[in-house]
Amino acid sequence: MTKHPRTLYEKIWDAHVVETRDDGTSLIYIDRHLVHEVTSPQAFEALRVSGRKVRRPDLTLAVPDHNLPTTARLDGAGHRLPITDPESAQQLAALERNAPEFGVRLIGATDAEQGIVHVVGPEQGFSLPGATIVCGDSHTACHGGLGALAFGIGTSEVEHVLATQTLLLKRSKTMEVRVDGTLAPGVTAKDVVLHICGTLGASGGTGYVIEYTGSVIRDLSIEGRLTVSNMAIEHGARAGLIAPDEKTIAYVKGRPYAPKGEAWDKAVDWWHSLTSDAGAIYDKTIVINAADIAPTVTWGTSPEDTISISGSVPAPEDFADASKQEAARKSLDYMGLTPGQRMVDIEIQNVFIGSCTNSRIEDLRAAAAILKGRRKAEGVKWAIVVPGSGLVKAQAEEEGLDKIFTDAGLEWREPGCSACLGMNPDKVPAGERCASTSNRNFMGRQGPGARTHLVSPAMAAAAAVTGHLTDVRDLSEA
Amino acid sequence: MTPISQVTGRAIPFGLKNVDTDIIIPAAFLKTITRSGLGKGAFQAIRAEPGNIFDNPTYAGSPTLIAGDNFGCGSSREHAAWALLDLGITCVIAPSFSDIFSGNAFKNGILTVVLPQEAIDRLMEVARTDEITVDLETQTVTTPFQDRFSFEIDPFRKHCLINGLDEVGLTLARDAAIGGYEAKAKGSLPFLAVVEH
Ligand code: SF4
Repeated sequence: MTKHPRTLYEKIWDAHVVETRDDGTSLIYIDRHLVHEVTSPQAFEALRVSGRKVRRPDLTLAVPDHNLPTTARLDGAGHRLPITDPESAQQLAALERNAPEFGVRLIGATDAEQGIVHVVGPEQGFSLPGATIVCGDSHTACHGGLGALAFGIGTSEVEHVLATQTLLLKRSKTMEVRVDGTLAPGVTAKDVVLHICGTLGASGGTGYVIEYTGSVIRDLSIEGRLTVSNMAIEHGARAGLIAPDEKTIAYVKGRPYAPKGEAWDKAVDWWHSLTSDAGAIYDKTIVINAADIAPTVTWGTSPEDTISISGSVPAPEDFADASKQEAARKSLDYMGLTPGQRMVDIEIQNVFIGSCTNSRIEDLRAAAAILKGRRKAEGVKWAIVVPGSGLVKAQAEEEGLDKIFTDAGLEWREPGCSACLGMNPDKVPAGERCASTSNRNFMGRQGPGARTHLVSPAMAAAAAVTGHLTDVRDLSEA
Repeated sequence: MTPISQVTGRAIPFGLKNVDTDIIIPAAFLKTITRSGLGKGAFQAIRAEPGNIFDNPTYAGSPTLIAGDNFGCGSSREHAAWALLDLGITCVIAPSFSDIFSGNAFKNGILTVVLPQEAIDRLMEVARTDEITVDLETQTVTTPFQDRFSFEIDPFRKHCLINGLDEVGLTLARDAAIGGYEAKAKGSLPFLAVVEH
């Protein structure tokens, strides 16, 4: 019997089909479920009301991150400090009550391992190559950087997974985004994915699972791959995938929840088979040349509004279709920008280095390399560095990165989502600009009226130093 | 989910057209951590008016709401269905519903009945004085005055509502298949089937 060549997505899908129905939907088994405080309370409540249990609490991991303040969580005597916003406090309390009641493992707000779900999952070895992973958060695609089929779900689906460990799904189309060549110095994983956002557009990936391939992706570290896959949702894709390789296997090995002994050997064998077969057919392929990717920034209010740092703010008339022209007009108005203005002339009042896109140790090292021996500019009023987890924080402190940040005038915070979304106290004031390493520049995302420019960690650090958007390559020699 | 085959009782003759989900439950109530208790925010703006129909003792505890065209339009918030349930409403009759709302209502065991405007007008009249019976088995709405209106419903939805099956319940009924997958995965994908710690 010959088997047709399969893509990575098809292989993972096929391995997880519980059953397929007449209407073409399949019941898909979910290997790992990450839970946080914002999208889970009603799901747990529904289980309680109907007297249902969590089917596989052992495959479920809860950790608060979204609205937890990133200021100190304990006072001098080691007592927990209260959360002042009553709604945030209530959601956190609900998670702390629900997890033990349903037997779900909880990494608590003051535990050393606490952090952003999408940083904690891979770091703990809870997220694995080839696994199906869900979380009530749209950036779950992040785990695709390990070669996991990972995607965000709504609260009703959270309940469905808790109760049944499955989801009813229709197979997605597949798209290959191949990035060939070698990146120029100063160009990072974030620039790659911002460039892809610009090329594909915010909805270019709708209906697809994207597999990122090519020499550039292969050359990226695991941290870099997580950054790329994290933003798959920003081109509308259901999920992002990067085939696991020796780097992935080395990354997973020895992590707390990673398989051990015989199971490990079996896992490695299977992971070696997780590549798209030669001759496998994608529904669509996009090829990008690394030479075309510069340090990239956004000028508008959609992640597709990207431009090289050496470019200028576009005019609405530069866009072909009328709806995009209208969107550009609105964006420019909201962002307070004038067509033709050079990107490097845009002044910045806030800098945010963090979020599940760019808060891993490598991101902090990249920012520190720029900030070392420098100070933030006068005009930069607020600049914070928020590690993705307590373990990243500890590692950074061991390397002395925290010192570099504070010496440069930046604040060093506790782990969490922070200024990525205006749900906790870390907000960008209305009308002010922020060079941000997060993933969304939507209107009001970082706070009402906040103006976001998405950048890489090194570019955020460079903006902090000069007080305006800056080509990091002009700074690194200093 | 509570099975629903017949809804008998007083019905609220509301009748308003284009009732959006902001009218049913304002955004201020969305930060809650529960599904229950939303009744207090339901139809808040309307209930701010003295003598409004929702606070009229005649209709207290009515299981049915009669509404106008395009009921439940607007945002996708499932809170709208939760709010109605919290008020004790398990059936809404209207000339049409927004798709998302009727999907959310169904997910929560609320029966949505589509009837032509003439039937709605007649039911509004009866509702002021008498009870109304909605029978899902026979797909009819009847009054004590020999009115009898038939309605259509998707057979799958009917089956789920009558048997109290929500989506989670339906999948739970596939327990053997899920258990079978788990047993197989223990052998073929042992490193995914369990979490070591
Ligand atoms: S850091 Fe931002 S994008 Fe990531 S999980 Fe938190 S809120 Fe979502």
